[in-house]
Amino acid sequence: MKHLISMRDLSADKTLQLLKLAESLEKDPSQIDLSRRVMAAMFYEASTRTRMSFESAMKRLGGEVIGMVGTSGTSVEKGETLADTAKIMARYSDIIVMRHPMEGAARYVSEQVDVPVVNAGDGANQHPTQSLLDLYTILKSQGTLKGLKLALVGDLKYGRTVHSLAYALAPFNPTFYFVSPKSLRMPAHILSDLTQKGVSYKEKTTVENIIPEIDIMYVTRIQRERFPDREEYEKVKNAYIITANLLRKAKDNMKVLHPLPRVNEITTDVDSTKYAYYFDQAENGVYMRQAILATLLGEAK
Amino acid sequence: MKELKVDPIKNGTVIDHIPAGRVQRVLAILKPRATDVVMMGMNFSSKAMKKKDIIKIEGRELTQNEVNSIALVAPAAKVSIIRDFKVAQKSRVEIPKRIEGLVSCPNPKCITNAEPMTTIFNLEDSSSRDLACQYCERVFTADEMTHI
Repeated sequence: MKHLISMRDLSADKTLQLLKLAESLEKDPSQIDLSRRVMAAMFYEASTRTRMSFESAMKRLGGEVIGMVGTSGTSVEKGETLADTAKIMARYSDIIVMRHPMEGAARYVSEQVDVPVVNAGDGANQHPTQSLLDLYTILKSQGTLKGLKLALVGDLKYGRTVHSLAYALAPFNPTFYFVSPKSLRMPAHILSDLTQKGVSYKEKTTVENIIPEIDIMYVTRIQRERFPDREEYEKVKNAYIITANLLRKAKDNMKVLHPLPRVNEITTDVDSTKYAYYFDQAENGVYMRQAILATLLGEAK
Repeated sequence: MKELKVDPIKNGTVIDHIPAGRVQRVLAILKPRATDVVMMGMNFSSKAMKKKDIIKIEGRELTQNEVNSIALVAPAAKVSIIRDFKVAQKSRVEIPKRIEGLVSCPNPKCITNAEPMTTIFNLEDSSSRDLACQYCERVFTADEMTHI
């Protein structure tokens, strides 16, 4: 594995290897030493969690971080091409982690440079490190990835995270409930891909009735920036709000996940229940990203 | 009166069975040289297609690569190489497995539309005419593509 660009490139074996390494790094980070290694963060878009968890991952393994957030004050503002910026960053660093609003940007950069490239989000296309940390979180909270019942809730149309998660879990015999307003349903091409892979799913518009059945509830924010139409956003923005009261009938092992930031879709009274797992999920991002950095830098044993 | 609405050519290439109305798009892809003699027929009747367009290029033999480049707009086209008024070679167009620099990506958010770079599309499977952009990973039908 030279780069990490898309979940499509990742075999089930490689995925399991990364999950295993994340687990072992969580227990003992001292097994990997990335001192004198430099990670370049090329963030063409704002991001707090992804960028900071990458920085934390690199630094906790002894490495250093350089980089940019946004393009103001950089040569990008002067009209430098993405390829040129990336080639320079590659001379300054051992690995590039990049986020860019255009789809396919990370793949393009990976073809232009000699150092490994990690895609930390390319527009609405892929965000493989999020998918991997979600898998790690599900594995850690349930003890297995196999045969789980999962509800994916919220914006299933524009939500890149839930699309990759559905694909990432497909080999593990899941049952999905896709819960969304009608205007934000899971895209038809993804549903037909899942059918082809033999994955069973049901589409729902409300979440209440399935709560007693599920192992994982994955909630996503309905993102204003994905809507071309303000009116459409106003109509659906409060469609699914998860409260502690709503979770009364949940199974003991049920966990609520969310890629964060949340706005109001999970009320704060859920935080103190045994079902809340989204902050652990964010922490897991550090271990997963440590596993990815170590693997791509050739330090994984 | 069945054929020969346009003159036969001595040497060159005949492209038959172009879907009616697409002859100009095919020509735009083939980019004839300023000196090429080109005859173009539109809305000829056809048993298989009801109506079809046709192109004859005098004095130029198209290569298989050139022939395949029209596959996205004229998937059923038949190409004949003519030498001394006789058909010397016949072929069908085939969508290449990998299409480089020929069409632009219909996704406005694709990086190929923002950077000075070559587009690459891969044929999803040989039975369909769906093409996946190597960069944004979106899949398009051949009819959605615009030639560069």
